[in-house]
Amino acid sequence: MALTAGFFYLFAALAVASAVMVIVAKNPVHAVLFLILAFFNGAGLFVLLGAEFLAMLLVIVYVGAVAVLFLFVVMMLDVDFAELRASFIKNAPVGLMVGGIVLAELILLFVGRGFGAGVARSPGVPVAAMGHEVSNTQALGLVLYTKYVFFFEVAGLVLLVAMVGAIVLTLQHKANVRRQSIASQVARTPATGVEIVKVPPGGAVIPVAARSAEAEARG
Amino acid sequence: MTIGIGHYLTVAACLFTLGMLGIFLNRKNVIIILMSIELMLLAVNINLVAFSYFLGDLVGQVFALFNLTVAAAEAAIGLAIVVVYFRNRGTIAVEAINMMKG
Repeated sequence: MALTAGFFYLFAALAVASAVMVIVAKNPVHAVLFLILAFFNGAGLFVLLGAEFLAMLLVIVYVGAVAVLFLFVVMMLDVDFAELRASFIKNAPVGLMVGGIVLAELILLFVGRGFGAGVARSPGVPVAAMGHEVSNTQALGLVLYTKYVFFFEVAGLVLLVAMVGAIVLTLQHKANVRRQSIASQVARTPATGVEIVKVPPGGAVIPVAARSAEAEARG
Repeated sequence: MTIGIGHYLTVAACLFTLGMLGIFLNRKNVIIILMSIELMLLAVNINLVAFSYFLGDLVGQVFALFNLTVAAAEAAIGLAIVVVYFRNRGTIAVEAINMMKG
């Protein structure tokens, strides 16, 4: 029990400290790296809460995908970040006041109400109902693919829309790059693709299509 | 010295407040604002998983899973918008965003 408490305080302190570093770091690359640390510690808290699958998912999705995406964007954009931080000190009093009030309200609520003591236990899907030999991943799969399969599919749809949206937003057609035109390739028939030319003896005739293509290339 | 649900909720409240504070402090930098939103979503996920554990209900974890999906989609779309905005205007300062007018 003492070990669990120690790990809880370790993960919690590191998560909060790295969250502070995310918002005060001068270099945005450092901010992204501290965000990764914060998510690692969040994953540690998830492990303490018995949610191993979500912890690994957090590490894979955030450290493997989202944080790399952030790093990529930070490094790709040539932005003067010092200029963007100009109003940092000016905004600090208001931000600290609002943040302090919200934090005080939340903690007073938790301490005052004493969550967990008087909460009615009426689980919709009990964790231990299937016996302890079922792992967290298996239990999650058993409920996710049966009771919540519709929401699972909607989540997939959300990801699909996000992917299409990101591609549509960032794809750009350069004017001087020749691209494959599939429609004109498919619409090509023997009548339009082949020209039969009668070549007179002793002379050469350039086919009409080749002539027009040459003129197009020149002009 | 038992770690109860109040401890986890306090950590999540701290993270949420820090995320909100980050939005206040870095009002110009869209990338830091997006990272602050990710921090707030992490706080929400910690709350969901903590309630799932202490109430013995697996649904909290299922919801946290969907939360993670939406957070990933949000980050991807947000960063794509930042890239397009930077390409058009050469800066990512938030104040000038209303100049796009659709």
